[in-house]
Amino acid sequence: MNDKTAIEAHNLTVSYNRRPVLWNVDFELPAGQVIGIIGPNGSGKTTLLKAIMDLVKKSSGYVKLFEQDLEEVRERISYVPQRESVDWDFPASVMDVVLMGRYRKNKLLKRLSKADRDLAAEALEKVNMLEYSNRQISQLSGGQQQRVFIARSLAQGADLYIMDEPFVGVDAATEEAIMLLMQEMKKEGKTVVVVHHDLQTAKLYFDWIVLLNTRLVASGPKDQIFNEALLQEAYGGKLNVLSKVGELIKEKDFPVREK
Amino acid sequence: MDGFWIILSGTLIAISCGLLGAYLVLRKMAMVGDAISHAVLPGIVLAYLFSGSRETIPMLIGAAVLGVLTTVLIELFYKQARLQIDASIGITFTWLFAIGIILISVFAGQVDLDQDCVLYGEIAYVPLDLWFTASGINLGPRTVWIAATLLLLILTFIYFGRRGLFITTFNEEYAKALGLNVAFWHYALMGSVSLTTVVSFESVGAILVVAFLIVPPATAYLITTSLKPMLWLTAFFGFLSSLGGYFLAVWINGSIAGAMATVAGIFFLCVWIFSLIKQKQASIPFRA
Amino acid sequence: MKETLEFFSFSDPNVRFVVLGTMILGATAAMVGSFAFLRKRALVGDAIAHAILPGVCLSFMVSGDKNPIALIIGAVISGWLSLMVIDGISRTTKLKSDAAIGIVLSVFFGFGILLLTSIQNSGNAAQSGLDNFLFGKAASLTQDDILIFSGIGLVLIVLVLLFYKEFKLISFNPDYAKVIGLPVKFLEFLLATITVLSVAVGIQAVGVVLMAALLITPASGARFWTNKLSYMILIATVFGALSGLMGSYVSYVAPAMPTGPWVVMCLSLLTISSIWFAPKRGMFARFKQHRDNKKKILQENILKLFYHLGEANQDFEAGRSFATLKASRELSESELDRGLKLLKQQNYLRKMTDLWYITQAGLEASKRVIKLHRLWEMYLNQRLKLEPDHVHNDAEAIEHIITPEIEQQLERELDFPVKDPHQSTIPYQES
Ligand SMILES: Nc1ncnc2c1ncn2[C@@H]1O[C@H](COP(=O)(O)OP(=O)(O)O)[C@@H](O)[C@H]1O
Ligand SMILES: [Mg+2]
Repeated sequence: MNDKTAIEAHNLTVSYNRRPVLWNVDFELPAGQVIGIIGPNGSGKTTLLKAIMDLVKKSSGYVKLFEQDLEEVRERISYVPQRESVDWDFPASVMDVVLMGRYRKNKLLKRLSKADRDLAAEALEKVNMLEYSNRQISQLSGGQQQRVFIARSLAQGADLYIMDEPFVGVDAATEEAIMLLMQEMKKEGKTVVVVHHDLQTAKLYFDWIVLLNTRLVASGPKDQIFNEALLQEAYGGKLNVLSKVGELIKEKDFPVREK
Repeated sequence: MDGFWIILSGTLIAISCGLLGAYLVLRKMAMVGDAISHAVLPGIVLAYLFSGSRETIPMLIGAAVLGVLTTVLIELFYKQARLQIDASIGITFTWLFAIGIILISVFAGQVDLDQDCVLYGEIAYVPLDLWFTASGINLGPRTVWIAATLLLLILTFIYFGRRGLFITTFNEEYAKALGLNVAFWHYALMGSVSLTTVVSFESVGAILVVAFLIVPPATAYLITTSLKPMLWLTAFFGFLSSLGGYFLAVWINGSIAGAMATVAGIFFLCVWIFSLIKQKQASIPFRA
Repeated sequence: MKETLEFFSFSDPNVRFVVLGTMILGATAAMVGSFAFLRKRALVGDAIAHAILPGVCLSFMVSGDKNPIALIIGAVISGWLSLMVIDGISRTTKLKSDAAIGIVLSVFFGFGILLLTSIQNSGNAAQSGLDNFLFGKAASLTQDDILIFSGIGLVLIVLVLLFYKEFKLISFNPDYAKVIGLPVKFLEFLLATITVLSVAVGIQAVGVVLMAALLITPASGARFWTNKLSYMILIATVFGALSGLMGSYVSYVAPAMPTGPWVVMCLSLLTISSIWFAPKRGMFARFKQHRDNKKKILQENILKLFYHLGEANQDFEAGRSFATLKASRELSESELDRGLKLLKQQNYLRKMTDLWYITQAGLEASKRVIKLHRLWEMYLNQRLKLEPDHVHNDAEAIEHIITPEIEQQLERELDFPVKDPHQSTIPYQES
C-alpha cells in the first residue's frame, strides 16, 4: 500500500443549529504518520473527527480518505470515540466490547468465527489487557477502559486509526503504552490521527500536527508548527469577526452555501 | 385452573416486556417505552372501529402505526420545533392518549373498551376468552396463545439481533462508524415495543405495561454485570412478579395487574436495599 | 348555537362550577408546570400524578370517608415520597433518571390500583367517587370542590409570586443560587411541594395520565412566544385557563364528550399552533426567514451580475438584455425574472426597450455586495489561510449576511485592502 494522503478535508464546514463550529477547514494529512489534532476546548476537534467519519452533517465541503469516499474504504478506517461518550456501567465484558471491532455490515446475523476471536485476543494482547478479557467493563479503571477502546479498534485491522482524546483521564503507564503502540503502528505503515490537548507532550508524540480553533490554524510537520506565533494564534481565542458572522448565521437561519 | 392461566399469561407478557425493556433501560429510553404504551390507544380504538371486534391483526397494525407515529412525533417536536426532549415526549403521549379517550367516548357504542381496562387491563378475564378449533376442541385461553406467539417473536428478534442491539445500545456512534444501519435497529426495537404493548394492553393496561417493561430489567440490572444473566434474571423476576402478584391479588381481593406491578416493585426495593448494603460493605476499608 | 349561548351566559350554576374549576386547575398547573419545564423535569410531573393514587387510597382506608382535605394530604404525602424515591434511585444506583421515573410511576400506580380495586371490591359504599383521581371528573365538579380548588390554587399562586425570583434562579442557574447563599434545598422542597399540591388537585379534573399535559404542554407552547420567564408563565397560565374553558364548553355542547381529554386536546392544539405560528421561533416565521434570505440572495446576486458585466467591459451604464443576463449566471428564467422585477420596484434597475439598466442607487448597492465578497475572500485568505482558489464559494454566501457593523470591522481589520486574493479591485463607496 503506498497511499500518500490519508485524509483530505476540502473546505469543510460543520454547524450545530446552523452556527458553524468548523469553518472551511482545508488540509491534507500524509499517510504512515502519527498525527496530532490540537486545539483548545470547544475548538471543534471532536466535531472534525465526526465529520471525517460522517457522523455529523457537513454544511459544506467533503472529506476523502485514501483519496476515496468513506463508504468505499470503510473497512480500512477505525474510529475510537471519546471514552466518556459511552456508559461504562453497561453490562458487558472486555471481550464483548473488543469483539465489536469484528462486527461487519450485512454479517451481523452470522456467528463470529474463531479467527475473529483470535484477532480480538491479539488486539487485547497488544494493549496488555489479555488477562482482563473476561472482566466486566464496569470494573475497569479509566486507563483500562481506554485500552479496551483501542483494542476494539485494533481488532478491526484497519489502516487508518482516528482516536478522540485517548490520553484524557488515563494513568501514566497507559499513556506511555498507548504512545509506544502508536509508534509500533506507524512502523507497520498505519496512519494514526489523535486528538490531543496537551502541548507539552504533543511535540514528543506526533510527527505531524494540525492546529485547530474553529478554523484551521496550521497543518504541517511538527517542527514547522511548533512556534510561538502559531500556538498563540490557536490558543489566543476565537476570531472576533468570524464569531460574529457565525452568530448572525444562526440568528437569521442563513445557509453557509447558496444552494 | 384459572389461576394457572392467569399466571401463565402474566408471565409470558412480563417476559416479552422485560426483555425489550432491558434494552430500553440500557438505552436510557425507559420513558419512550412509557410514551409508546400510552400512545397506542388511538390505534387500538381505530382498529376496533374498522374491524368491529377484538381481532388481533388489525390491532397489531393499528398499534404498530401509532408506535412509529409516536417516535416520529417526538422526533419532530425535538428536532424540527427544537423543543426539549422530556417535553416532546410528554406532549406527544398525552395528546395521543387524549385522542384515544375521546375516540372511545365518541364511538362508545361500537368500541368495547372501558376506561378502567385502558388503565389497568383485565387479566382476570383471560381464562374466559377461550379458543376453540373448528371441531370444537378447547385450546385454552386466546390471550395465552397470542402472548406465547409474541414471546416467540421477541425471543427470535433478540437472539438473532443480539449483536446489532448490543452494539447500537452500547455505542451508537461506533456502530455508525462501522457502517451499520443504526436507524434500523432503533425502529426495530421501537416497533417490537409497540407490538408488545398492544398485546399486553388488554391484559394489563397502558400503565402496568410500563411496570413490566421497566421494573424487572431495572431490578436485574442492579445485580448483574453482563447482558445474558441480566436478561435471564429479568425473565425470572417477570415470572416471580406474575406469580406473587396473582396470590397477593387473590388475598386482598384487588386488581391482579396492579398486584403484579406491586410485587415487581417489592422485588426492586429488596434488590435495591441489598445493593446498598453491599456498597456500604465494599466501602468499609479492611482493618489489619 | 343555543347551547353556546347557554354556556357562555354562565346562568347554569353547574356550568359555572365546571368552568371555574377547570380554569383554576388549568391555570395553576400551567404556572407551576412552567418551572418543571424549565428544570427539564417534565416527566417527573407525570410520575407524581401516577404516584398520588396509593396515598389517596390509604388516606381513605385510614379515615374511612372521602374528606377532600384528608385525601389531598394523603396524595401530597405519597407524591412527595415518589419524588424522594426517584431521587434516591438515580443517586444511589447505576440506573438513570428515566428508569427511576418509570419504576416509581408504574409501581406506585400499580399499588394504587391494587388498593383502589380492593376497596371497591370490599363493598364499602362510601368509596364511590374515589376513582375520580383516576379519570378526573371535570364535568361534575361541585361547589365544594370549587371552594377547595380555588383555596389551594390561590395559595399556590401567592407562593409562586412570592418566591418568583428565587424559583427563577434555581431553575436557570442553581449553582449560582447556591453561591449567593440562597437556601436552595428549602426552595427545591417548596417548589416540589407546590408541584405535588397542584397535581393533587389537578388530577381530579383530568385524571392520572393527562395530568402531565396540564403541567408541561402550556409551558412548552408559551416558550415559543417569548424568551422572558415572566411572560412565558403568563402565557402558559392563559393557555391553561383558556383550555379549561374550551374543554368544558365542548363537553357541555356535546355531553358525551369527556371534559378532561378535551382540555388536553385544546392545550395540545394551542401548543402546536404556537409551534407553527409564533413570531420568530415558530415554524412559519422560520420558513419566512428562509424565503427572505433566498430573496435577498437572489437580488444581490443579480446586482452583482450587473457589476461584473460592467467591470468586464468598463461600462456600467450599458443596457443588458435578458439573454445576456441569463447567460452570465446560473439562474432559472423564472428566478431571474422575479429578481429583476423586485429590483425594479426598488429603483435599483430600470427597463427600457427590452434592455435592463442599473441605476445609481443600484450601482452603489452592487458595489457594496462586491466589496463584501472580496473583503470576505481576503479575510478567509488571511485569517483562515485558505488558498485563493478555495475562498469563492464561502464568500458567495457570506456576502449576503454581513451587517454594516461587521463590514466596518472587516475593513479596519484588513486595513482597507485594494485588491482581493484574485487581484480584482475592491470597490469602496466614494465618500
Ligand atoms: N451536539 C451539539 N449541539 C450543539 N453544539 C455542539 C454539539 N456538540 C458540540 N457542540 C459545540 O461545538 C463546539 C465544538 O465542540 P467539540 O467538537 O466537541 O470541541 P472539542 O472536541 O475541540 O472540545 C463547542 O462549542 C460545542 O459547544
Ligand atoms: Mg472533544
